Amino acid sequence: MKTAIIVFPGSNRERDMAVALRRSFGTEPLMIWHKDVDLPAVDLIVVPGGFSYGDYLRAGAMGAHSPVMRTVKERADQGVPVLGVCNGFQTLTEAGMLPGALMRNAGLKFVCRTVHLRVETAQSVFTSGYAAGQTIAVPVAHNDGNYYADDATLDRLEDRGLVAFRYVDAEGGATEAANPNGSRRGIAGIFNDTKTVLGLMPHPEDAIDPLHGGTDGRGLFDGLARALA
Amino acid sequence: MKAIVHVTLKPGVLDPQGKAIGHALGTLGFQGLGEVRQGKVIEIDLTETDAAKAEKAVTAMCEKLLANTVIENYAIRIEA
Repeated sequence: MKTAIIVFPGSNRERDMAVALRRSFGTEPLMIWHKDVDLPAVDLIVVPGGFSYGDYLRAGAMGAHSPVMRTVKERADQGVPVLGVCNGFQTLTEAGMLPGALMRNAGLKFVCRTVHLRVETAQSVFTSGYAAGQTIAVPVAHNDGNYYADDATLDRLEDRGLVAFRYVDAEGGATEAANPNGSRRGIAGIFNDTKTVLGLMPHPEDAIDPLHGGTDGRGLFDGLARALA
Repeated sequence: MKAIVHVTLKPGVLDPQGKAIGHALGTLGFQGLGEVRQGKVIEIDLTETDAAKAEKAVTAMCEKLLANTVIENYAIRIEA
């Protein structure tokens, strides 16, 4: 199975992502530079974290309009799974591939710590490695992770089961204190309508090695590799 | 001509930066402050000489890139 990671000037989590993909998929991911419009056929496309284009204008705004993203959009329309993590999530919302927007953290501070997430559904290629309702621990590291969408959009996401992950405390409770950035309804990650595109702020690729404090992120990549095999 | 674009957060969208600015102004002793909202200004020099055409072009720029219309409003002023 082949995977591709999109690399923008300012991306900085692409190598962490490559380690995670290599581990679960057993193949070397292709690194695709933002100016490339030729994207080989792959089974999964990942838009990684970082600060593409220095977060100029708005986080992810410049990357969303780069040449390679036109191709990514086309592939997504054809059903190729696309995963956006952190800056990748911001880029996918700016590109109109996911609803809503990521705004400045409500506390105005960069938040870098381990958080707990509730897996809201196991019914997707991205979350099939988890059980619905399971609590996992993964790190976040972002300045603009405050998910915003209007009430109608949030209701629609919830009604259709398109909320993938929600911030919770260690016991699984969706408390205000467990929400690190002010995201509406504690949303940490969402799917598109066909559940073939996932965007999330936390970094599962940084929770795959016990030496880094936990391996709860493995479920996402192992599950993906199994689902796409 | 020149286009001056004001991008502001939509009413109802939480603006933590505006809130922090309002709080700082209050600590400095400024009184009678209501809500403070922060936005951005983008100035664009244009070769276009027709104001209506210029406004149309800049509207397209706002819709496509300059503003994220999920959370932001924009206002355009065209100057000769």
